[in-house]
Amino acid sequence: MTVHVLLFAAAKAAIGQATVAVELPAAPRVADIRAELQRRFPALQPLLARSWIAVNQQVAAVDYPVAASDEVAWIPPVSGG
Amino acid sequence: MLELVEATIDLAQVLAAVQDPRAGASLLFVGTTREYTGDQRTTELHYECYPAMARQQLQHLAEQARRQWPLTAVALVHRLGPVPIGEASVAIAVSAPHRAAAFSAGQWLLDTLKQQVAIWKREQFADGTQVWQHPDSSGAGISATPSPAHD
Repeated sequence: MTVHVLLFAAAKAAIGQATVAVELPAAPRVADIRAELQRRFPALQPLLARSWIAVNQQVAAVDYPVAASDEVAWIPPVSGG
Repeated sequence: MLELVEATIDLAQVLAAVQDPRAGASLLFVGTTREYTGDQRTTELHYECYPAMARQQLQHLAEQARRQWPLTAVALVHRLGPVPIGEASVAIAVSAPHRAAAFSAGQWLLDTLKQQVAIWKREQFADGTQVWQHPDSSGAGISATPSPAHD
């Protein structure tokens, strides 16, 4: 299953795109997204480790299941305000 | 008033948005771009957000504040894009019948916005370097998960 992960801030700057398509096994969970992002972008692993993954605009735990229609985002540590 | 704006924040408008005859206290917090942090000179901050998530989160913050404290109104406005020195990046206004709730809720809203809302700042320094700020809140890895969260 292909999931398009929205990118922001340092992740977006490093990867150079606003989204990245990741290939996942069937019935993926957030953990699978993290693992695939880590594999694709090893230099960003320290940032990823401190980041949230959001599914449909809400932070999701690692075992949360992801559907093909879900909106997924890599949320690095926030710094608003 | 819960807004993400791309231009100068109208601070008078933010304060006016919480005026209520039931309120004895109104509070306006303004966060501005600071020029010096220690010896480092900042020349500009640039803010980016995940709009769909940030908007929901601002809504949720206002609702949570109103559940936790007796308030008459809440306004949250964050600016996006470049914010020069001395200009406002965020404005938070609350009103309440009594001042204790206004002070407490105002502080909580700012602190929680800074911990949870999907907004990021890129800091530009006097030497021209630009750094996205991704603070480590506790040093223990992933910081407090915003609620509601998927389990």
